[in-house]
Amino acid sequence: MKQVTMTIDGVEVTVEEGTTVIQAASELGIEIPALCHHDAVTPYGACRLCMVEIIKNGRSRLVTSCLYPAEEGLEVKTGSEKVLNVRKGVLELLLSRCPNVKVLQDLAASMGITKPPFEAENADEECIVCGLCARVCRDIVGVSAISLVSRGTHRKIATPFEETSNVCIGCGSCAFLCPTGAVKLEDVGDKRIIHNWKVEFKLKQCKSCGRYFAPEAQLDYLRRTLDLPEDHFELCQDCRVETVEDV
Amino acid sequence: MGQLKAPSELEKVRQDILAKRDSNRPCITMCSGTGCSAYGSEKVFTNFQTLIKEQGLDGQIDLRRTGCHGFCERGVLVVIYPDEICYVQVQPEDVPEIVSSVKDGKIVERLLYVDPVTGDTITRESDIPFYKHQERTVFGNNRRIDPKNIEDYLALGGYSALAKALYQMSPVQVLEEVKKSNLRGRGGGGFPTGRKWETVRNTPSEPKYIIVNCDEGDPGAYMDRSIMEGNPHSVLEGLVIGAYAIGSHEGSIYIRNEYPLAVENVRIAIQQAEDYGFLGKDILGSGFNFKVEINRGGGAFVCGESTALMASLEGEVGEPRAKYIHTAESGLWGKPSNLNNVETFANVPLIINDGASQYEQVGTEGSKGTKIFSLVGKVNNTGLVEVPMGTTLREIIYDIGGGIREGKGYKAVQTGGPSGGVIPESQLDLPIDFDALTKVGSMMGSGGMIVMDETTCMVDIAKYFTTFLEEESCGKCVPCREGLKRMREILAGITEGRGRDEDIATLEHLASVMKDGALCALGQTAPNPVLSTIRYFRDEYEAHIKEKRCPAKACKELISFYIEPDKCQACMICLRNCPVDAISGGKGLIHVIDQDKCTKCGTCLDLCPTRFAAVTKLSGEPVPPPPSEREIVREKRSEQ
Amino acid sequence: MDEKVEAILGKYDHNKRFLVSVLQDIQREYYYLPQEILVDVSEALNLPLSQIFSVATFFKAFSLKPRGRHLVNVCVGTACHVRGATRVLDSIEREINIEPGETDADLKFSLEAVNCLGCCALGPVMVVDGEYHGKLSTAKVVEILKGCE
Repeated sequence: MKQVTMTIDGVEVTVEEGTTVIQAASELGIEIPALCHHDAVTPYGACRLCMVEIIKNGRSRLVTSCLYPAEEGLEVKTGSEKVLNVRKGVLELLLSRCPNVKVLQDLAASMGITKPPFEAENADEECIVCGLCARVCRDIVGVSAISLVSRGTHRKIATPFEETSNVCIGCGSCAFLCPTGAVKLEDVGDKRIIHNWKVEFKLKQCKSCGRYFAPEAQLDYLRRTLDLPEDHFELCQDCRVETVEDV
Repeated sequence: MGQLKAPSELEKVRQDILAKRDSNRPCITMCSGTGCSAYGSEKVFTNFQTLIKEQGLDGQIDLRRTGCHGFCERGVLVVIYPDEICYVQVQPEDVPEIVSSVKDGKIVERLLYVDPVTGDTITRESDIPFYKHQERTVFGNNRRIDPKNIEDYLALGGYSALAKALYQMSPVQVLEEVKKSNLRGRGGGGFPTGRKWETVRNTPSEPKYIIVNCDEGDPGAYMDRSIMEGNPHSVLEGLVIGAYAIGSHEGSIYIRNEYPLAVENVRIAIQQAEDYGFLGKDILGSGFNFKVEINRGGGAFVCGESTALMASLEGEVGEPRAKYIHTAESGLWGKPSNLNNVETFANVPLIINDGASQYEQVGTEGSKGTKIFSLVGKVNNTGLVEVPMGTTLREIIYDIGGGIREGKGYKAVQTGGPSGGVIPESQLDLPIDFDALTKVGSMMGSGGMIVMDETTCMVDIAKYFTTFLEEESCGKCVPCREGLKRMREILAGITEGRGRDEDIATLEHLASVMKDGALCALGQTAPNPVLSTIRYFRDEYEAHIKEKRCPAKACKELISFYIEPDKCQACMICLRNCPVDAISGGKGLIHVIDQDKCTKCGTCLDLCPTRFAAVTKLSGEPVPPPPSEREIVREKRSEQ
Repeated sequence: MDEKVEAILGKYDHNKRFLVSVLQDIQREYYYLPQEILVDVSEALNLPLSQIFSVATFFKAFSLKPRGRHLVNVCVGTACHVRGATRVLDSIEREINIEPGETDADLKFSLEAVNCLGCCALGPVMVVDGEYHGKLSTAKVVEILKGCE
């Protein structure tokens, strides 16, 4: 694989072609903040928090580091004045939208923002419409139970017609990836409830240790779509004799 | 009609068509563009049809529906050939008189255009000042063709550029010619067309797609609509030439949902072009294949953005994506895609026929050719105008537009739609071209030119565009989705009397976050109307914020309607018509508006007889209390 | 599946890239997008229902609720705005008691604010059931709307 060398904040780094700037920065120990980004899912470029300044052929511009590919001779600045202005602006806007979300409060505080500059329409709002839940459901899980609906200020995540989802398998990937905790997933006894999609699942009990470990619907789905040994569906992750890689 | 397989066959067909046409025979043409349709042109046309048939004049008088003529202020337009007699504001009842005048070789004087300034009556369409100052290279043919009849287009030399390109030029030569002409995109971006074509051509990936962008979303702009409705073949011809140049064999015409007539006329044009062999397999016998389909937009301004448009073509929502990899290299279905605006394609046949050197003679250094603008708003001659690049705003607004309506004062002209800005009086002598407009804080955009007078509030205009964009934002990225909302909230606050001292600074800060942080051009240019109005009309913002006063007396919450007691003649007109019964008074009793009930609808102002002019608007000052003496002495009856 | 829907899908060769066009034809036929039909489309085109729902809610052309007998489109394009479209819209809203995007409870009127109908010389303009009305005033608006059954 071809290697390219670039500089980030003055430090040289060589990476494989196809690596994104945010990944390259990470290799240098530079953690560029991002909210709509997760290594498991294709980058989306929506939150704009990860923007950096790049200088190429003498011209400078701002790009999202989660999407921009490493290039030979690229010069990247992760903390220039323009970058910080955008980053601060994005956090001000997000904090104003969701003033009671801890991760936003922390990120904002790290940039000196102590209170939201604008009034929230709904102070209990937790969703920042980053799309991670919908993207993972569609691209990785393959169920597409939820999606981004409406547009503009009304944009939100919803099930079709905002009714109970009849395709959700309860895997919880959405809750797992949600950066703000907006997806409310609860495991209570032998039930899993994901309040946002109005779904409730019966959890499967491990034949060995008795722990409730996964929704039956999820196991049915895996049984239909993947070639896995039968005990995969009877035993929890800890009790399985063979672990299956890369499922 | 068998498909034509050689340029010589095309020429023969053209000659046959011309031979059948007697240019001396009287022809009644009627504009059937949307503007004239709204004035009732369909009824006019049916009347013509019926009457001509009834009187057995089918063989003597031709009747033709044409595309939009552009002089929308004076619709319905009827032009009689061969003398080019132009009748304006024609009503269905005028038809019998027109028909008999044509029969007798006379003119209906009362239907002729009268210049409001000189008082002159003008007979010929091209002598009307509105048209005289224009150079209608691209748009002019609209008035001579019936868009549903390809023969009209052929009679004017249509598809000769395509024949020339296919038979006398290689694809690269066509591309080089377009590059040499320095044609820049007419949709708003102004990107050099030849360069875009070259990138697509040189990307080693197949298939290549070519797309016509007719998603014209700027409110107030309807040039592309008029070209597509009025002369669809001009765009088709440019499209096929472009496809040949870049090596594309399939294309799409993306027409916005709100233009059903354009969809219909393009559909007919495609069918006819296929019948004649200008589309499909082995075009004109050259061996080049190209097919095109129509796709309708779903009603989203953002789909005018190229990546959003392509997403919509793929059956997805119109969400833009980052353009770190250009659509010219990876666009529709990940393949090299060339997207151009309607007007851009319509310019291509001219460049091929006349050659780039001739095309380049028109325009400025950086912007060649002509541009079609929709000149609308507070101007006398509203309509579509085409002028060479470099024409000044003053010439367009005054010489062509006839100046400001109702004798009011010029305030600004807004160009570039929601991505553009306002241009004040001090810049009226600005020669219009891409770069000049950008320098003054606006942009060419698709060509909308909204003229505003002293009664237009600039803060309200900023609020208008921001509200529009907030609704049209796709909502994907934070700066645009959240930023526009907050901008709109602040602007609404200012116009409603809740402005705060720090508001302008906050708007400017939000603007910087959006310009640098937004994902696509919608968000990045969204701050322009706000920034531009602050730049040139800061005093209006400050009056709203500091004095709670709207200098233009337009913002509802900051104005009061007031009946001046010494002017009121107690005629009862406003009192009777107030929709919320807010006016008290009676015969001989001065009328008074109850400010608590008043909804600022403006009916009283509209209806108060001009000779009294008793209703006025106040702003930034308290409404005087009603007079203690409410009885008046009426003017003598004979004066009323 | 409804035969009209089947015909529409057939017109586009059951090709999922024509989703927007399919939905537009359905909207024109039924005056809105009925839920059951969207479920059928999802199955027929082999597209997740969530994607159909995303597209149906993204574009302004589509309505998930039934529309009224009379469709009132008010132009709020810049030229009409500058000529007083806001006042016209206010008077329409007052007269039929709904806001743009809504349909009244009797399913009599649906109101939409649209951008540029292309007849700026007539501004302010509204289209009622396909018929254009220009140079509007508050009084004219009331008269036209009262005339609708």
